[in-house]
Amino acid sequence: MMLRLLTFALSLTVAGIALPVPPALAQDGPLRIELTDGVTEPLAIALPPFHGDAGIAARIRDVVAADLTGTGLFRDVGPGSAASQPASFSEAIAYEDWRALGAQALVSAEVTQAEEAISVKFRLFDVYAGEAQGDGMQFDARAADWRRAAHKIADQIYARLTGEQPYFDSRVAFVQETGPKDARIKRIGVMDYDGQNILWMTDSSSLVLAPHFSRDGQRLVYTSFDSGFPQIRVMDIATVSSRPLTQDTGSMAFSPRFSPDGRWIAYSREQGGNTDIWLMDAATGAQRPLVQSPAIDTAPSFSPDGQRIVFESDRSGSPQLYIAGLEGGEPVRITFGDGRHGSPAWSPKGDLIAFTRQVGNRFQIATVATDGSNEKTLTESFLDESPSWAPNGRVVMFTRVTPGGNGQPQLHSVDITGRNMRPLNLDFAASDPSWGPLMP
Amino acid sequence: MSLPARSPAALLLLGLAACAQPAPPPVQTAVIDPYANATGGALYQGDLAGGTLGIEATAEYFNGTVGNTVLFAADQATLTAEARAILTRQAEWLKTHTTFNAVVQGHAEETGTREYNLALGARRASAVQEYLVAQGVGSGRVRTLSFGKERPLAVCSDEACWAQNRRAVTVVSPAGTGS
Repeated sequence: MMLRLLTFALSLTVAGIALPVPPALAQDGPLRIELTDGVTEPLAIALPPFHGDAGIAARIRDVVAADLTGTGLFRDVGPGSAASQPASFSEAIAYEDWRALGAQALVSAEVTQAEEAISVKFRLFDVYAGEAQGDGMQFDARAADWRRAAHKIADQIYARLTGEQPYFDSRVAFVQETGPKDARIKRIGVMDYDGQNILWMTDSSSLVLAPHFSRDGQRLVYTSFDSGFPQIRVMDIATVSSRPLTQDTGSMAFSPRFSPDGRWIAYSREQGGNTDIWLMDAATGAQRPLVQSPAIDTAPSFSPDGQRIVFESDRSGSPQLYIAGLEGGEPVRITFGDGRHGSPAWSPKGDLIAFTRQVGNRFQIATVATDGSNEKTLTESFLDESPSWAPNGRVVMFTRVTPGGNGQPQLHSVDITGRNMRPLNLDFAASDPSWGPLMP
Repeated sequence: MSLPARSPAALLLLGLAACAQPAPPPVQTAVIDPYANATGGALYQGDLAGGTLGIEATAEYFNGTVGNTVLFAADQATLTAEARAILTRQAEWLKTHTTFNAVVQGHAEETGTREYNLALGARRASAVQEYLVAQGVGSGRVRTLSFGKERPLAVCSDEACWAQNRRAVTVVSPAGTGS
């Protein structure tokens, strides 16, 4: 059975030896790492060398290992001894040897390459139970898309061992920053979640800010100064073509975001010095005010059902977070603490809102339940801001800026438990991450 | 540094101003990011106005002698007495040199989120615009723009620099040329 998963640009297909539907979520596996707020001991996983063509097999194995260990939830126990490594993909697993190494799970895989196509088969084993966990699967892809095939395998393993939706086969939009701090040059790019395969969306000719993905991952909305005046634009990623959404030179427009169904764009609109939140029909451009007050109302983010937005307002005197329904009514304040609260992002799971909190001269990334309860601080530094959710709602990527005249922004990610804070490995400064959807 | 909350009176004034002030008619000239080529040598500041008014009829004179920049307190958009004195001079110059238009660029310090600072810069630019118009400058000659925290003047990360970055800069140029 062959199931075509991707219809654009590349052909990556999956064949299940008995394909589970949906393929990602085998819920009945015996081996499970429980994701709780308590301290979690990483699950020991063995990834012996993948069989097949040594070069590409090793590269795919390393990406799978990097995806899994990068979560902080898995520990790579190493390749094992020659004796413990199966001689072929079909050979029985030497469970005793792997138990001796402390491995709890084991991945066996084989990569075959025929000209420009690769095929990757893998199986996941529960070492202590001495049996396969879930079905074996096969992914076919263009050789150029080998990293995606690796991410798909890592996604399968993550989903089977955590019971959560995965997120490795996803992309992140961001802003590259070059040049001195007082004349920064900014450029929008799109990359794999791990910083690879960068595609540039804009050149460096005009100031651009804060791209945000559409839920289908095919478009970005962002703020551009290309007319000399901040206006919002939409970018089609596949064709790298953009067009303005607003062109009113008497009114600034910024901080746009798509609704989950892609039909609406909420954004900040300034008139006469006052900033409100407006709603635009993405197809027709028709607009109406959504939140209006004499205070600053900005940074809207939609709930996953598209019925509400969370936004930042200083109507109480200092910036706090509020939730408003799309059909009007008085916004409900959800943060009441000290400091300034801003740049909220509603989790794709719907349960939490990540935001930036400024207390004194320190910035934090924090989360809060949608009813305002359970505020939890995840990070703190001189300047952390602009959180964006992984598609499974378990990881937040954000901008961390170092202080001083040579200060630079860098993208970091952190688990919603506050653990596993890590910088993204990029060889340039970057800000304003927007984490796109899990790719099909 | 603790950020003082905006006083209710200031908020009320701001709200009234925002409500009472009709949106200025759009000015047709394009505005170019004056900082885009800031590292590349000479910065075009507009043509000299024919010499009839001499050295005073230049953007250089306005920037250097009249004073093109006013500063704000942290998180504030209210005009200090010092700012009002500078803006009074700006208004006199603009009323004398009627062939010039102005773009007021609002800025914010690096603390604060990107989105909030864009809005705060707009609030500051608007406060300057309203003051200039109240002093008799034609509302169609002054438009506003915010760079938020994207274009700091001073780059260190302490109050000495932040105080310089909480600013509104009035950029003048001969009508019809852009800035």
